[in-house]
Amino acid sequence: MTSTLDRPAFTASTKPANSSLSVTFFGVGRSFGTGKENRQVLRDVDLVVNPGEVLVILGPSGCGKSTLLRAVSGLDAPSTGRVLIDGTAVDGVDPRCAVAFQEPRLLPWQSVERNVALGLPQGTSVKEGSARVAELLRLVELDGHSGLRPREISGGMAQRTSLARALARRPGVLLLDEPFGALDALTRLKMQDLLLDIHSAYPTTVLLVTHDVDEALQLADRILVLGRESGEEAATVSRILAVPGTRPRNRNSEELGQMRSSLLASLGVDSGRH
Amino acid sequence: MSSLTDLANILPGNAVQPRNHPLETRWGRGLLGALVPLVLLVLWQAATAFGWVSTSQLPTPESVFSAAVQLLEGGTLAQHIAISTQRVLIGFAIGAILGLVVGALVGLSELADALLGPFIGAIRAVPSLAWVPLLILWLKIGEDSKVTLIVIGAFFPVFTTVYLALRHVDKNLIEAARAFGLKGTRLLTTIQLPAVVPAVFSGLRLALAQSWLFLVAAELIASSMGLGFLLMDSQNNGRIDRLFLAIILLALLGKITDALLGFAERKAIKRWA
Ligand SMILES: Nc1ncnc2c1ncn2[C@@H]1O[C@H](COP(=O)(O)OP(=O)(O)OP(=O)(O)O)[C@@H](O)[C@H]1O
Ligand SMILES: [Mg+2]
Repeated sequence: MTSTLDRPAFTASTKPANSSLSVTFFGVGRSFGTGKENRQVLRDVDLVVNPGEVLVILGPSGCGKSTLLRAVSGLDAPSTGRVLIDGTAVDGVDPRCAVAFQEPRLLPWQSVERNVALGLPQGTSVKEGSARVAELLRLVELDGHSGLRPREISGGMAQRTSLARALARRPGVLLLDEPFGALDALTRLKMQDLLLDIHSAYPTTVLLVTHDVDEALQLADRILVLGRESGEEAATVSRILAVPGTRPRNRNSEELGQMRSSLLASLGVDSGRH
Repeated sequence: MSSLTDLANILPGNAVQPRNHPLETRWGRGLLGALVPLVLLVLWQAATAFGWVSTSQLPTPESVFSAAVQLLEGGTLAQHIAISTQRVLIGFAIGAILGLVVGALVGLSELADALLGPFIGAIRAVPSLAWVPLLILWLKIGEDSKVTLIVIGAFFPVFTTVYLALRHVDKNLIEAARAFGLKGTRLLTTIQLPAVVPAVFSGLRLALAQSWLFLVAAELIASSMGLGFLLMDSQNNGRIDRLFLAIILLALLGKITDALLGFAERKAIKRWA
């Protein structure tokens, strides 16, 4: 695994890239625009995500969930505060992370297989690379479609391709931004199970954004709810909930039902109607 | 997952196109495309045969044909065609390569854009034929001045399309590639270049058309050979049959070179888009 070669700072801690890493948010805030246009989106996010943990991030649309993930991946830098992965600050695109974006973002001129291969860490040998890609395609049930172009596959297949591409990296931190957003309910459940399988086969820290409270309850060790306090412009941590029980959880348990109502309430939904 | 597999098979991209409509077969299209020229030829023949138009304005098809035969036998027609084609190909090649390189530079680098953008914009604003007197003064009435004019004509369409296409490469794709550790040349060859291939080809086709345009301009102004010269010479000698011949040859050559490029374009788009 030579993904750390181009970042000498990390060669000191020669951890294999596929071990789970902790993520620490340290007073993270982000504002966009300058002068009068300046808008604070996130403020004072303080949180430690343990290695191997699955943290699900919930929050109303536009509250900064994607922005928070981008700060971890290093695609974006917070305006205030820092993000640490495994104790070292994120500075620029971080090879220890892999992202599945909210949209699949596949290269239209390459096959599904080549798109997944794009996620392989640099320096992966051809032989190992193609074996890993083949395995991942099997895992996300796209092995029969590896030669197709993105425009020839469905939205859900594209999202699975995007997930496989992120997994190809064997990341220490896996960032998933509404990875199952475009899937129908049934495929969604299958993909959730798949994610759990993958997580136990290749332990990694997962930060997953979703709008779906049930998905959060099914997947999370802890749930982070982002929200704005009344009168505040910026969102911050409004709740952190540990979800009891081991996965796969019984989707109908009473305890989860109560958490569900409480989560919906904090998202501003009247759960009595659902 | 077989339900998903079935789903994939009925997606539009995989659907089997019905191929029996005349517009969708190669022969059907070829025949339809030949229809208008054929009708025109018949009308032309009729107009001259029935005396609708005087032959001093419109030569008969036979006279154009015999003008072609005569010039061919004298060996000059082949020379005219060869020299014109040579000028276009050299000028187009140099102009296109320069357009690709400079367009890529200015499209990819903010610095180069800030430095060169306004200058190139100003040069482009000069109507290209305005360069002719200067080119003749600097390069004399030889091959160089003609080829240079064609280079100028071919440069701008390629430059502009490459530059704009690079500016409009999907930012999300670039970001995704950066997230997976691509940067520098690898980012360029993995994302930016493939993304602009279709645009590059439409720029090249525009440039080729411009090259023929500028060839005729250059040859009309100062030359002793080539199809533009044939036009000029025929006008001076009142040889309307040769005038027609030159125009038809320009149409044919333009169409053939464009078709070759179009063939390459289809291959490239199949691969890259
Ligand atoms: N590059 C940017 N420039 C300016 N504003 C931005 C930028 N990126 C995000 N924002 C703003 O930050 C806010 C949060 O955006 P973000 O994409 O993080 O929301 P989100 O929680 O992921 O929403 P959704 O659930 O709809 O995906 C939005 O109001 C958005 O307008
Ligand atoms: Mg988002």
